Amino acid sequence: MGYHTIVIGGGVAGMQCASELLRQGVAVTILEKESELGGKIRNWHKLFPTFTPAEEVLAELRSRLISSPNLAVRTGCEAAKIASDRVVLTSGEVLECDSVVVATGFTLFDAKVKEEYGYGIYDNVITSADLERMFNEGAVRLKSGVTPRRIAILHCVGSRDEKVCQRHCSKVCCVTGVKQAMELKRMFPGADIFNFYMDIRMFGPGYEEMYREAQVDYNVHFVRGRISEVSPTIDCRLQIKAEDTLTGRPLKMAVDMLVLLVGMKSNALNENLVAECGLKAQPSGFMQPRDSFLHNVESNREGIFYAGAVTAPKNVGESMNEGTAAARAVVEWLAKR
Amino acid sequence: MINFGFSISKPRAIDIDRNNLRKSSEITREMPELQSCIGCGSCTATCTAGNLTEFNFRKVHTLVRRGEYQGAYEEMNKCMLCGKCRLVCPRGINTRGVVMLIKRKLGDF
Repeated sequence: MGYHTIVIGGGVAGMQCASELLRQGVAVTILEKESELGGKIRNWHKLFPTFTPAEEVLAELRSRLISSPNLAVRTGCEAAKIASDRVVLTSGEVLECDSVVVATGFTLFDAKVKEEYGYGIYDNVITSADLERMFNEGAVRLKSGVTPRRIAILHCVGSRDEKVCQRHCSKVCCVTGVKQAMELKRMFPGADIFNFYMDIRMFGPGYEEMYREAQVDYNVHFVRGRISEVSPTIDCRLQIKAEDTLTGRPLKMAVDMLVLLVGMKSNALNENLVAECGLKAQPSGFMQPRDSFLHNVESNREGIFYAGAVTAPKNVGESMNEGTAAARAVVEWLAKR
Repeated sequence: MINFGFSISKPRAIDIDRNNLRKSSEITREMPELQSCIGCGSCTATCTAGNLTEFNFRKVHTLVRRGEYQGAYEEMNKCMLCGKCRLVCPRGINTRGVVMLIKRKLGDF
């Protein structure tokens, strides 16, 4: 066909979209701001609900892209301005194309903003992303080097929270919390793990079953209530307070480690897409597809498409599906044009 | 001593560090299915005893699991073992078994 599409973002959605476009004979340039492709799951250990190593998924996605003469990968560069026929990089360079897929994903919520949880203040308050890094490194330890015996996992940090302008639900943290609790329990069978949640939202296939398995087979404790604050104990542990809303009583305990399940924020670049490129965003900051049902991978501008978590929090499978769907929409649009 | 009408309230907080969780662990080890409770309240909604007294099965077993045993045995005695709660439980918990187990474990409390 001789067409050329620029895919902005080389995460799972962008990689899947690119491989699908290449398969259909469209030349692709992937723009990736990091030094290599892979996006957020590059730093993830295992994926729910099957405990598939994230690296396995990435390796397959990479192998689908490899050795295609029609593919150009530009790492370490960011788009400043997007139109359907050209992308201007922050360096000022202009790249011509026939259509653009925006697959720029999300930004992880900065846990420091919720100061009451003490991230960055107390040594053993970590985020879910930090925990994945520890899993990848092969050891979960307290700052002192010893193994934790009681761990609390707090859901909805930077999600469903008006106080930090994050009204939306990040959707994947609940199941991530359950997954991480199970992995910690496998690592430390004698440890007590408490998950503090507001609602447990198990939206995907196998997720609810996994939650039940965590409860019954892994003996993970679930307390319905949001931790209000964290303070240090005299022996440098973490004192946490919450309401056990199912009994209507306040509850407190000291834990060795607190894991904050940080949510998905809309990508910081989205503001630029709205201001400079005439694209529309939702009140949550995530981009607004042309239609939620019939045109959910298309933007409000002809020739600009969306794939993945740029439009809403999504899991890996959903993001990859959108990569495929966006590629198909691009090909249809190019043929019709 | 003159009674001025003041008293010191006991703290209401459930203090996991002070509570002795031995019995609670024994209970969940014998019936792990109890851990699968999602707090829906169906058991309490359908409970014959709960409609006539303050008895709240969901709340009592949750408190027991947190190590709050005070009064739990007496509460469980309100249960008439009719078994309607077991019929409605979406997690399939043997709720009557839970009542009997808690009474057995905490009977000497």
